[in-house]
Amino acid sequence: MSLELFKEKGVPLDQQRFTWRDLVREPISKLDNDAFSRVRIILMNGIEAESNRFLHALARMNGPLRTEAARVRRVDQHQQTLVNWLNPPDQSPLETTIGFEQVAIEVTASIAQSEPDPYLAQVYRYGLLEDFDHMYRYAALMDRMEGKDANSLLQCYTDILPGRPTSVEHRAPEDDLRRPYDRRSADPLTKLNALTIMAGENQTHDFYMTIGPMYSDPIARQLYAEIASIEEQHVTQYESLLDPEQTWLENWLLHEATEVYNYYSCAQFEDDKRIRSIWERFCDYELGQLHFVMDLFQRIEDRDPREILPERLPEPIQYKSQRDFVRNVLEKEVGYRAKGTEIGDLDESEATRAYREHMNSEGSPSEMVSDGYIWTPGTELLRAAG
Amino acid sequence: MDNPTKMTEGMRINKTGMATAAHADAMREVPGMTERVKIPGAGLDRGVTDARAAYLKETHALGTVPPPTSVKGAAKAALEMLKGNKAIALVDRMAERLAFERTGVRFYGALLEKLDVGSGFDGGPSRDDLLEIRDEELAHAKMLKESLEQLGADPTAVTPSADLAGIEAQGLGSVFADARTTVGQCLHALLVAELADHENWTLLRKLADEMGQEDLAARFQKAEQEEQRHLEQVRAWAKAYARAEAGLG
Repeated sequence: MSLELFKEKGVPLDQQRFTWRDLVREPISKLDNDAFSRVRIILMNGIEAESNRFLHALARMNGPLRTEAARVRRVDQHQQTLVNWLNPPDQSPLETTIGFEQVAIEVTASIAQSEPDPYLAQVYRYGLLEDFDHMYRYAALMDRMEGKDANSLLQCYTDILPGRPTSVEHRAPEDDLRRPYDRRSADPLTKLNALTIMAGENQTHDFYMTIGPMYSDPIARQLYAEIASIEEQHVTQYESLLDPEQTWLENWLLHEATEVYNYYSCAQFEDDKRIRSIWERFCDYELGQLHFVMDLFQRIEDRDPREILPERLPEPIQYKSQRDFVRNVLEKEVGYRAKGTEIGDLDESEATRAYREHMNSEGSPSEMVSDGYIWTPGTELLRAAG
Repeated sequence: MDNPTKMTEGMRINKTGMATAAHADAMREVPGMTERVKIPGAGLDRGVTDARAAYLKETHALGTVPPPTSVKGAAKAALEMLKGNKAIALVDRMAERLAFERTGVRFYGALLEKLDVGSGFDGGPSRDDLLEIRDEELAHAKMLKESLEQLGADPTAVTPSADLAGIEAQGLGSVFADARTTVGQCLHALLVAELADHENWTLLRKLADEMGQEDLAARFQKAEQEEQRHLEQVRAWAKAYARAEAGLG
């Protein structure tokens, strides 16, 4: 029986407190923790980063709500810190990148299957195959630059194969915009899914933009430049799924509900007791924040939050290997392209073709890095040894 | 200089030290400013030490070593001699060597790329030199893979020692991969790598000897001898480079 959003009040906002010692816990073990623990940590960092980003935008455009936004944002800031600092220091930026793409693949795949709207589900499947390809390129980079096997992070949950080639993912901006859901008729799960995936891609973009210049290999730098550009495209794509007519408070309510939903999902699947207690604590914090915003919504917009939110949370995000689904989508849809808001077996626009041709005109880093790459256990160097 | 912050056209100047900094005099005033600025009091050193000690005491190990699982035939007899922690320790160190050798192959690949664009020097490595070492590092990696499998261990597993070797190698890798470094400049990093490489082969060989693993010890000894030659070569190149830079001989 899933969480009842109106019944469960969580922890009141003014009791959501931390110390520095509390914020900096023992990180997970890169070697011994399940890969999905890392996936959840990375995603929840993204969810909190999105909350921070959104509440800053809200504050800039809603003077009377600045104090409330700042109060909630402060807690989210510290939640984000506690969660993100669970990443271990022996996990290099490139290893963390592999983790990021595993998040994109497995979480998008889970959401694509649970999404009630067929059009949005198609959009998720479309993006999924692109992130899937990014994984392949980064795995090739890790193997060929460092002699390391990306599967030691993936733990065999996620295939390392080419998807929709990164080199053809470059599109004119107008071909990244999709049709938004209708806020009046969309299933609440549709809204939670869109916010979740948008948050994930936004933090991925920010992460690649930050670490890209930290590599000394110029081709690694080019690869990050290329894939960061795609991630910006993905943020544009997923953001365009949100109904732009939603009010600020409606958006805020949905953000809080998305946070509750995600922490709840994490807690359902987390096998590390210590980490699960964090998800549970923060689920309670988000419930407290949700009720805080419900109150604002009622007082300021004079609307019932039940217009927007379901009584109960939907089925949680499925933190398990989505390999079969991904392989199925790969087989059927790798040739799909996008034009305007549509995705399918169609011809691309002249604008997209011209843009891509120009961007790739001095070489394609994603193609160079993975030329002939076939993932092999223990790296391609040992393939001949059997 | 009229504008000391401006890079002289065509000439690069190191700006990190105080000797040439335009505002060095102002900076030198800083240590004497303790009356104007409140400096954190004594005892902070103990505070940070105590805070770290709390983490050191409470934190668990980096990770574990997966014990050998599928053992067949002759390996079974060998494994019998590895009671208690011995198998774990041996597998951990062999995995470290495997990780190091795989990364080493990539290091030499990067050096070859630099050599091929003409950043070599007199007395430095030839293409054949680098290829030979690279191929021997690869052979070591393959030998370790086979040896681990024979012991029933998983050569794809990252053990704690392999993980640490990976972290250590990150700094070295950054040097090799940087398009701005020459073959000569990479020799410092290469020396660090080959010193660690040789030392750890010697350690592993001795460990295998003490554990009565004769077959393994023999293989490790061959690798150790080859690494000895690598080290001597790299030392000679490093010396030649240092002398060439100093304009000697």
